[in-house]
Amino acid sequence: MPAASRARAGIPLSLGVVLAYLTAVVALPLAALTWRATREGATGFWESVTTPDGMAALKLTLAASLGVALVNAVVGTLIAWVLVRDDFRGKGVVNALIDLPFALPTIVAGLTLLALYGPQSPVGVNVAYTRTSIVLAMLFVTLPFVVRTVQPVLLELDRELEEAAASLGASELQIFRRVVFPNLLPGILSGVALAFAKAVGEFGSVVIITGNLPFETQVSAVYIFGQLESNNVAGAAAASVVLLAISFGILLAIGGARRHVTRHDHA
Amino acid sequence: MRRLGLRIVALLYLAALLVGPLSLVFWRAFETGVGPAWDAVTNDAALHAFKLTILIALVAVPANTIFGVVAALAIVRRPFRGKGLVNAIVDLPLALSPVVVGLALFLLYGREGWFAGLPVQVLFALPSMILATIFVSLPFVVREVVPVLREIGTEQEQAAATLGASGLQIFRRITFPAIRWAVAYGVVLTTARSLGEYGAVAVVSGRLVGETETATLHVEERFQAFDLVGAYASSVVLALLAIAVLLSMSLLKPKEGIS
Amino acid sequence: MRKLIVATLVALAVAASFAAAATTDTRLTLVAYSTPREAYAKIIPAFQATPAGKDVSFSQSYGSSGEQARAVRAGLKADVVALSLGPDVDYLVDAGLVDPKWDRQSYRGIVTSSVVVFVVRDGNPKKIFGWNDLLKPGVEVITPNPFTSGGARWNVMAAYGAWRKQGRSDRQAQENLLRLFENVSVQDKSARESLQTFAAGKGDVLLAYENEALFARSKGQNLQFLVPRSTILIENPVAVLRDSPNRGTANAFLRFLRSPVAQRIFADSGYRPVLKSVAAEYASRFPARPGLFTIDQLGLGGWDTVQKRFFDPKSGIMARIERQVGGSTE
Repeated sequence: MPAASRARAGIPLSLGVVLAYLTAVVALPLAALTWRATREGATGFWESVTTPDGMAALKLTLAASLGVALVNAVVGTLIAWVLVRDDFRGKGVVNALIDLPFALPTIVAGLTLLALYGPQSPVGVNVAYTRTSIVLAMLFVTLPFVVRTVQPVLLELDRELEEAAASLGASELQIFRRVVFPNLLPGILSGVALAFAKAVGEFGSVVIITGNLPFETQVSAVYIFGQLESNNVAGAAAASVVLLAISFGILLAIGGARRHVTRHDHA
Repeated sequence: MRRLGLRIVALLYLAALLVGPLSLVFWRAFETGVGPAWDAVTNDAALHAFKLTILIALVAVPANTIFGVVAALAIVRRPFRGKGLVNAIVDLPLALSPVVVGLALFLLYGREGWFAGLPVQVLFALPSMILATIFVSLPFVVREVVPVLREIGTEQEQAAATLGASGLQIFRRITFPAIRWAVAYGVVLTTARSLGEYGAVAVVSGRLVGETETATLHVEERFQAFDLVGAYASSVVLALLAIAVLLSMSLLKPKEGIS
Repeated sequence: MRKLIVATLVALAVAASFAAAATTDTRLTLVAYSTPREAYAKIIPAFQATPAGKDVSFSQSYGSSGEQARAVRAGLKADVVALSLGPDVDYLVDAGLVDPKWDRQSYRGIVTSSVVVFVVRDGNPKKIFGWNDLLKPGVEVITPNPFTSGGARWNVMAAYGAWRKQGRSDRQAQENLLRLFENVSVQDKSARESLQTFAAGKGDVLLAYENEALFARSKGQNLQFLVPRSTILIENPVAVLRDSPNRGTANAFLRFLRSPVAQRIFADSGYRPVLKSVAAEYASRFPARPGLFTIDQLGLGGWDTVQKRFFDPKSGIMARIERQVGGSTE
């Protein structure tokens, strides 16, 4: 089939374009980063990574991100449940709003949180410059992830199973635990991984509302920025490579989880 | 009752986290009247910042769209060795901190970097800001198109090929119409990400007043100068853009969403 | 598909025209630290009104001093740098970008001065008048991080120098620095950001430049500040870049910065002028303090010594203190 093989002949060219684009845009800069981080050898790298404030920032970042991911697992599922199973006036608006943290620039997000939960708070809640504010900022920017990965799964779920369980006398909680939840789990995990990845690297919203106090309220992204500003490029690069490795690891985890998640209805 | 309880919890959470803060920003922007807010977003620096942001998006979005469609086709239609790695690299920008992105570009194009001596000024100028924006908004079109391509299968395309259609004709007449809405949705996501980028651009821009300050950098700068009205007013513009993006997303979203 | 290609071409054309529009007559790029932005906004038009400044257009960039020095070293094209303190210029000397003799010229390369002050809450409820009051338990001090902010380094040396001037030994003064930083609750990246933090309601006392405090007041912030009896004279340098294609114009701009016109603008913006005649005009605004000292006095050794001794990121006194402070709060 000459035409088909002509069509296929176009693919290697497009593959070349894809690889060139990815190399130029993504791979080369990251290679330069890794090279700079490891330029001083393994010991130099290790020293740069294990500085006390760098490690403190990393611990804080991972702990906060994990906490935020878990909160999202619960609240995100709850919100998805309400959006799919419930009905009320304005639900469409609420549904659209979920994506707002994605569309809003992170620094604007930080400003909005600072306005309501900072020193000039009209409701008297002031968490600025505390660890709580880190969690708050991360919760804001990671809101959409679990909701959006759970929603499609919930939509596709066959209600018959739940109805059958109900007719057999199972309580609502039991139905949720035994019938619904196992089906939602892959979607939840996928969303959690995405939320975690976003939180770990979050910068714009956090930098406005926390106090950059080393060991207290400094997250890794702010630490890296600070290292760069004090001309410690090697340190910044080393810490970045650590974050990069964590991100990559999360991606592999998402890839694994995603294989279990159905994305679209089959025609 | 349980249903109502869940609903209230969900709505309260959203109100406290999203709606409350955003409404306050709108309020604060206009606290001293519409005049000052209007001046704040129509002065030279602000206008230039918005124009610059839009310009960067005008380059980044088409580039990533073309790349996205081509990459999706390559990934789905022609499995190749290393496809998993390519997939991972495409998705990497989703998981990477913007500061790391900025630093990587800084190391590549800075005075002590690999590409230090280029004839065109890259770092601290428009090109690096465009590159940073392309980097962070790379995955969206690909991720939206790949599942759709998988779903529609190759039957129609193969049928067209046996009837003598060229590759380009197949793409234009069969493939593209099928992925059209996925592409549109991906474009909206890419645009949102491009307009809102801050961290990576903050590292590479050089903050040249009236030259390399994007809208987000402008918001930060106004905040630093105690010009809260200016910061909030510019934030309102960005928030309105975000809401416009949200509306497009709602309209274009494939079957996911509310029942 | 076609539409995408057209859109891309249009975008590239617009970008090209942007670039083209940028090349007019002589263009000077000023890279400065964050605080003098408003002052330069007035000084530049004044310069452009002089014969030397006719047909000269300006690009300006403002950020924290260390960040700006790093940017210039990494390739940010600049003709003139105006930074917070000498070592940031020396950083560029090390990279071969600035002549090593930059501080041997008139005024030793300095263009403005200021002093470290205490910014306190209305009525000074915690009764903070001297450096020892900052060590009292329960006093929250705000200062930027000395490793990213030039302003913070002035703060640290003001504190240390003041204690030395009071007769404390080197060891005692270092002890006091540790105790001071135990009271520091927030360390922002730059002086401007820490002013922000304080103005937003955090902390009992802010260590800041006098001109920053005056700036905030002029922007309607309700702030009170006092100049402690012993404090350091902050000296802000300006230098021309070696590879600037417009060195003549850049040097003319530098000379203009020390002219009465520019010095008065600086003074109106809260900076202490270096030109004696203008300083005399503004004497009532900028009180002299009996315990004023500079970085070269009190055996401090000047910035070269101080930078290494106090602010080396690995072995400096402040690095040790930061680690200790972090350790004890965990």
